[in-house]
Amino acid sequence: MGFILISLIILIGITSYFLGNLRAKNLRTSNKKNLKSLSHYYGYYVALWAVVPALLVLLMITSFKSFFIEQYVLSDFIALGSYTETELSLLFTQIENTAMGIKLFDENTILIDGAVNKLNYINKTIENLTYVTVLGFSGLLVLYSVFNINHKLNSRKIVEKFLLVLYFTCSLVAIMTTVGIIFSLLYETLRFFSQVPITDFLFGLNWSPQRVFVREAGDLDTRDLANAFGAVPLFAGTFLIALIAMCVSVPVGLLTAIYMSEYASPKVRDWAKPIIEILAGIPTVVYGFFAALTVAPLVRDIGQGAGLTVSSESALAAGFVMGIMIIPFISSLSDDVIKSVPQSLREGSYAMGATKRETIVKVLLPAALPGIVGSFLLAVSRAIGETMIVVMAAGLNAKLTANPLDAATTITTQIVVILIGDQEFDSPKTQSAFALGLTLFVVTLALNFIALQVVKKYTERYD
Amino acid sequence: MKSIKIKADNLNVHYGEKQALFDVSMYMEKKQVTALIGPSGCGKSTFIRCLNRMNDVIDICKVQGKIEIDGNDIYAPDMQVEQLRERVGMVFQKPNPFPKSIFENVAYGPKIHGIAEHKSDLEEIVVNSLKKAALFDEVKDRLSDSGTSLSGGQQQRLCIARAISVNPDIILMDEPCSALDPIATARIEELMGDLKTEYTIIIVTHSMQQAARVSSRTGFFHLGKLVEVDKTETIFSNPSDQRTQDYITGRFG
Repeated sequence: MGFILISLIILIGITSYFLGNLRAKNLRTSNKKNLKSLSHYYGYYVALWAVVPALLVLLMITSFKSFFIEQYVLSDFIALGSYTETELSLLFTQIENTAMGIKLFDENTILIDGAVNKLNYINKTIENLTYVTVLGFSGLLVLYSVFNINHKLNSRKIVEKFLLVLYFTCSLVAIMTTVGIIFSLLYETLRFFSQVPITDFLFGLNWSPQRVFVREAGDLDTRDLANAFGAVPLFAGTFLIALIAMCVSVPVGLLTAIYMSEYASPKVRDWAKPIIEILAGIPTVVYGFFAALTVAPLVRDIGQGAGLTVSSESALAAGFVMGIMIIPFISSLSDDVIKSVPQSLREGSYAMGATKRETIVKVLLPAALPGIVGSFLLAVSRAIGETMIVVMAAGLNAKLTANPLDAATTITTQIVVILIGDQEFDSPKTQSAFALGLTLFVVTLALNFIALQVVKKYTERYD
Repeated sequence: MKSIKIKADNLNVHYGEKQALFDVSMYMEKKQVTALIGPSGCGKSTFIRCLNRMNDVIDICKVQGKIEIDGNDIYAPDMQVEQLRERVGMVFQKPNPFPKSIFENVAYGPKIHGIAEHKSDLEEIVVNSLKKAALFDEVKDRLSDSGTSLSGGQQQRLCIARAISVNPDIILMDEPCSALDPIATARIEELMGDLKTEYTIIIVTHSMQQAARVSSRTGFFHLGKLVEVDKTETIFSNPSDQRTQDYITGRFG
């Protein structure tokens, strides 16, 4: 139904555009007086009246329809008064299934058959009503707006205003989504902290949320709940892996950027830059199995060859691959910043008799430093938020360690582990994921904020 | 007869396919100001950028011919470009101080060439250079401020201080006043008068009055060719070429 109706509305819209356009042209020729806007703006004006209110009405009907239908169909059962809310909604599902020819139960057949008839009837009626209302509404507004066109009406202003409202609504959708996500995170986090003290979460050294189930089985007392959610091992693991990643990506990325911006000929640049940027386009899960199947065993073999104990899943392997992944973030951004240092500074330095290396180290890099630091911080927040590689290559064991050859786990990995599978939503174990998510959100937000401030504050303005 | 500092012989410069200079031959006298005038795109900037080999930076630029400074061919294979540029300083059209402190801007050249042995030597060089550039009194209390925080005229004088910090023989100035107001311009011109007692100065300028005020010899470039070069008085009062006369009387350019 929806598809045909919307197509009809759009058809009316297109027709009414020409109608409005035509009417405006007629007015102009018959009265020899100028209109306030070009004639096609009157077309848009009429088309907007034809389409927008009709769509809004349709939206309203669809959103309230199901509630109304349910009430009507179930009226007989509600009158009996012996059903709870849950049972009623189950019943409604059963009725819907029966209406589609799926019959699973044989209870209450008479009542259900009656309800099925009611359902079919009400569906048909509402469909017809919707057609009549929406199309009638649209048609009426077309008539109204066509006859509303006169010399005083400035349709251009109205159309512009409508577009303004449209843009505003779209940006509002994005903003409201962000706000909504933050609030749902906050809400669940607060519920978590009502069961587990925030200090235990932030400073506790032991992370083993699965203990909650053991407690429920009756083996442990409540005190152990507090001991299960110490997030420090996760923070440490995240920090360790991000640190390894930065140790790989900062030097490689920065030197790549210097080569690309100062040494590479345009020809080399043209093919090398896209290839480097492809690194950023590889799905992280691909990096993940690359890390787990190639790099981790390699690290283990080399380590064992050197007489070290290396676990088969190591922070080093995950951090290394993650570092490779974020190279393009650093190289591409830094390359742009270094390139945007004005040519006049390069010439100034060369004219003093400086070599290329002296110019790069003493003039270009200091001048580009804010942008370069900004790219580092963005890369860090990317590394902290990365999940797949760690899940696959670094292990799930929340152990407090600074040894890069050991298995480690991160905040994001634990969120995945906690939310995989069937979980109750009011268990502290599940809610701890929201607390972790919020922590991560706050940290990356802070990093991004600092990055932007650094770039803004220390950027030299060259006019 | 004053002694000759720079001598260019049959200089031809190409940017890719396009020829920018045609058979330019001229000499410049020691401790004098030589002005190069001519309409935009006539090749005068290209010419002075050959004198410190700044055109090397541009890949497509090809220089043919000979330039001698004190009798040495600067395009000879064994010529060290960095050492050449230490002797031939340059001041650009737009002031281009480095985003460093005023002190570091001036100390840049002495540091990369290892001129100062001790910190006190370096300080002396910086102070002297700023004094010669007539900037010291204005900035002596804020040497650690950023060079970019100065006004346009001060920035240009800072660039002059930077250029003379390595004690060059020659200073090239590529339209040094075109981004400055008349008062700042007057100060720079005054400064040039002081500087020519120690340095050979080549200045490219769009302002014929400026050329007349500061220089002793003037060359007129047109369409990549050196049309005429002579004493400044001669060029402005009694030029031998019709094109020079048209240009200085404002008939074109």
